[in-house]
Amino acid sequence: MPDAMPPDQPNAPRRHWMAVLARADSEAIADLLGTSDALPEYQRLRGPEAGLVMVRGRAGGGGAAFNLGEMTVTRCTVRTAAGFVGHAYVAGRDERQSELAALADALLQDPARQSRLLATLIEPLAAAQQAGRDATAAKAAATRVQFLAMRNMRA
Amino acid sequence: MSASISLPGFADPVRDAQSTFRAVLDAMARPGRLHHAGRNLTAPAPLDRATAAVLLTLVDNETPLWVDPAAAPARDWLAFHCGAAIIDAPDKATFALALSLPNLVALPAGTHEAPESSATLILQVPALGIGTRYRLSGPGLRVPAPLAVTGLPADFARIWQANHALYPRGVDVVLCADTTLMALPRSVSIEEA
Repeated sequence: MPDAMPPDQPNAPRRHWMAVLARADSEAIADLLGTSDALPEYQRLRGPEAGLVMVRGRAGGGGAAFNLGEMTVTRCTVRTAAGFVGHAYVAGRDERQSELAALADALLQDPARQSRLLATLIEPLAAAQQAGRDATAAKAAATRVQFLAMRNMRA
Repeated sequence: MSASISLPGFADPVRDAQSTFRAVLDAMARPGRLHHAGRNLTAPAPLDRATAAVLLTLVDNETPLWVDPAAAPARDWLAFHCGAAIIDAPDKATFALALSLPNLVALPAGTHEAPESSATLILQVPALGIGTRYRLSGPGLRVPAPLAVTGLPADFARIWQANHALYPRGVDVVLCADTTLMALPRSVSIEEA
């Protein structure tokens, strides 16, 4: 489950919205941000810039981490006029997505905007992503072979 | 940490870092000659533009950085843009940032087997080209070169000669002021003029 996050972790709400933004495409973020209030002025502190990160994994009985491979990641950090700093790391090389995601992260840290943005931006994106996952799961479930049924037929 | 990063780094990270690296390289090869760096950078207080540019260029996640307590307001900016581990003990530093001459003996001077493992001190001074006069001689200088610096301690020539005497060990220094920089490699000999 990609979005499963232990709720007792610090910053759990922020982790959730950053995860949702990292999976949303730039058009969707731009459309939903546009329906909110006027966007404030902001400054790019770093990026957007693409780079490689090493993905490490644990596999096998020993549990030792090994280098699975490198993936392309685009990151961006922005600072709004109100002084909130937003970060984004997104898979792939969509610079516009990383910049919008960083801006959304900065705006979501502003208590005055947070609850409205959670409702107008994060919840619709999360619902769309969940619907996509459910659709894939439903398609996969339709191809599932019921071994129990086969045994019953032979009996 | 995020609330206190208020300024961007290089506007063009590749070109700006390359031109600053070139300036530091030339400065090390020609001790005492003035070079420029960081003209289009907005540096965080209390750093000057050249100091910030040299740090952005040289310091990264593999080089522990020791920061003079007087430069502490710039720590978050350095940690974010350089990705460096900022350490409290100067004896493990690869780079050191100071606004006044620290105890050079406390910085790593390298070993005879690996003299390159010494520290490089980035020292910000009030002004280069005016102030106390010194005479430099050594590799890279066909004839002794003049050096004028404001803000070094009165017994700097004596302190430096102790560092120079360690050669091939010893600390290298990059002096920065506003947008100018000048290097003092450990190989150079300094006397008051």
